[in-house]
Amino acid sequence: MIMLFFMTKDTIDKIDADGYAEVVTLGQNRPLLLDSGEQITSFDMAYKSWGKLNSDKSNVVLICHALTGDQYVRGLNPITGKRGWWENMVGSGKPVDTDAYYVICINALGSCAGTTGPASINSITGKTYGIDFPVITIGDMVRAQAMLLDHLEIDQLFSIIGGSMGGMQALQWAVDYPDRAKTVISIAATWRHSAQNIAFHEVGRQAIMADPNWASGRYLDHDQRPQSGLAVARMAAHITYMSETGLTNRFGRALQDRDKLAFGFDADFQIESYLRHQGLSFVDRFDANSYLYITRAMDYYDLAAGHDGILAEAFRGTKTRFCILSFTSDWLYPTSESRHISRALNAVGARVSFADIEMSKGHDSFLLDCPEMFNIVRGFLKSEMTATGVSISGVSI
Amino acid sequence: MTEQESRASDIRVDLLEIARLIEPGATVLDVGCGDGSLLDYLVRQKQVDGRGIELSSEGVNQSIAKGLSVIQGNAEEDITFFPDDCFDYVILSQTLQAMRRPDKMLEQLLRVGRKAIVSFPNFAHWKVRVSLGLRGSMPVNNTLEHPWYSTPNIHFCTIRDFVNLCGQQNIHLEQSMAINARGYRMPFHNLFLANFLATQGMYVITRK
Repeated sequence: MIMLFFMTKDTIDKIDADGYAEVVTLGQNRPLLLDSGEQITSFDMAYKSWGKLNSDKSNVVLICHALTGDQYVRGLNPITGKRGWWENMVGSGKPVDTDAYYVICINALGSCAGTTGPASINSITGKTYGIDFPVITIGDMVRAQAMLLDHLEIDQLFSIIGGSMGGMQALQWAVDYPDRAKTVISIAATWRHSAQNIAFHEVGRQAIMADPNWASGRYLDHDQRPQSGLAVARMAAHITYMSETGLTNRFGRALQDRDKLAFGFDADFQIESYLRHQGLSFVDRFDANSYLYITRAMDYYDLAAGHDGILAEAFRGTKTRFCILSFTSDWLYPTSESRHISRALNAVGARVSFADIEMSKGHDSFLLDCPEMFNIVRGFLKSEMTATGVSISGVSI
Repeated sequence: MTEQESRASDIRVDLLEIARLIEPGATVLDVGCGDGSLLDYLVRQKQVDGRGIELSSEGVNQSIAKGLSVIQGNAEEDITFFPDDCFDYVILSQTLQAMRRPDKMLEQLLRVGRKAIVSFPNFAHWKVRVSLGLRGSMPVNNTLEHPWYSTPNIHFCTIRDFVNLCGQQNIHLEQSMAINARGYRMPFHNLFLANFLATQGMYVITRK
């Protein structure tokens, strides 16, 4: 929200030139009920959309973003000044074709790009939430998205697509709203956070909380930020997004701006300099408490919980068509997790496609140029369009 | 020629023979579905509810891009995750001989499917016998394309061996078919002749 102050009219025009950006306040009449038992009575949901909604609203594609992502899938991102994070996937003539689909991406609950999160003002106290913000889950994020879609009078989703945490949300949608999700594409995601996943997140959270500037979560009151803690959290996490091969190919043991070791603790190696840069550029665009809340939500994620640990039971009776994709070099959410999902779906007779895509760059492959992934997503969506006769402006595609 | 007909003619003749055996609207699992051409044909021409398992990434990617529900995996392992009796037909075309345990595979086929259609190269075809008997070397021809050292086919059998195995496993042979070198059906007069003249055996099998 702070960032929005700095947006000039010119910037806003530029954002709207590539899809419409909007913030809607919800929950005043019907509060958002959280898995924790708490509720939020007034909250903002920021979203952005592209393409044209057809007359029977049957061409809606919901894109779910990852942990530190936002609604700026394509076009100018006013917070970073960079291009959107999935421009190679979403757009005119792209696999998720904005000429055919009405594409919407909503900033996740608890995040910090316009949707209510710990950095937002609590309407009851008039102060920022900080760690008084209730702990949320992936299910809560999805429920909040559903409330926004209700507000927009969109019932059916032609497809819900996401990578990483976005894929986890897409799967959660299929479980919680089976009648609303026609198809789901989950990329480089998982069905529950493993001990290793939780462990890495805990390192990140501890780094933030160990920073004295975190001030027990009330740093915004003192006009400060736990920047070094958040940077370290990001550095550790960033390693998990890349593969060893990817790192070796890109950096090896190459030195940074020097031709011999300096025998000190500066960034001798390129990889160190790269990670430091990743950490530092992250703190400018992301709220540390948001990082705590969203990583917690991911750690709490377990689709099989409540089904005696049997994932298939979560999907029983589903009519949704699934496309599950993993990458061979992803060790954060390895292929075995996606395979487990596809087997669980098979066990209940769901229509599921699963492919393990050969990529050497690790978890973040879903954000990269990957022709195989693009072909699969394009073909999967198109075949469903043809099969169900969904049309744009009355013309079948 | 319509697009559908031309697509139809794109698929291998022996796959068309399999397609003929399947009723419209059936539920079908194609184990080792390759690029999905047979499944695609069945979905378009016979409106089947189809699923596939395929090991190769190229095959899987092409299948999914066609809009088919295909999972990438190892047939022998992945088939065990399907529930009992969930398909009208399970197809295992030219793949039995590449399985680690063909006997267990047959069991699985008839666990998940009410009927299975199995086709396999016949290792007792006269040309194979000539190659082995007279030339004394492993055969390489149209149906057996790979030399012995790089073949994925680790458990060759003859039509007679298949019939015997089904007998042992209490499997009913509902339909016995012989396929010639060009992929067409040829008369199946008796086991002896079929085992000598057919390049492929094709069977519809059910539980007894």
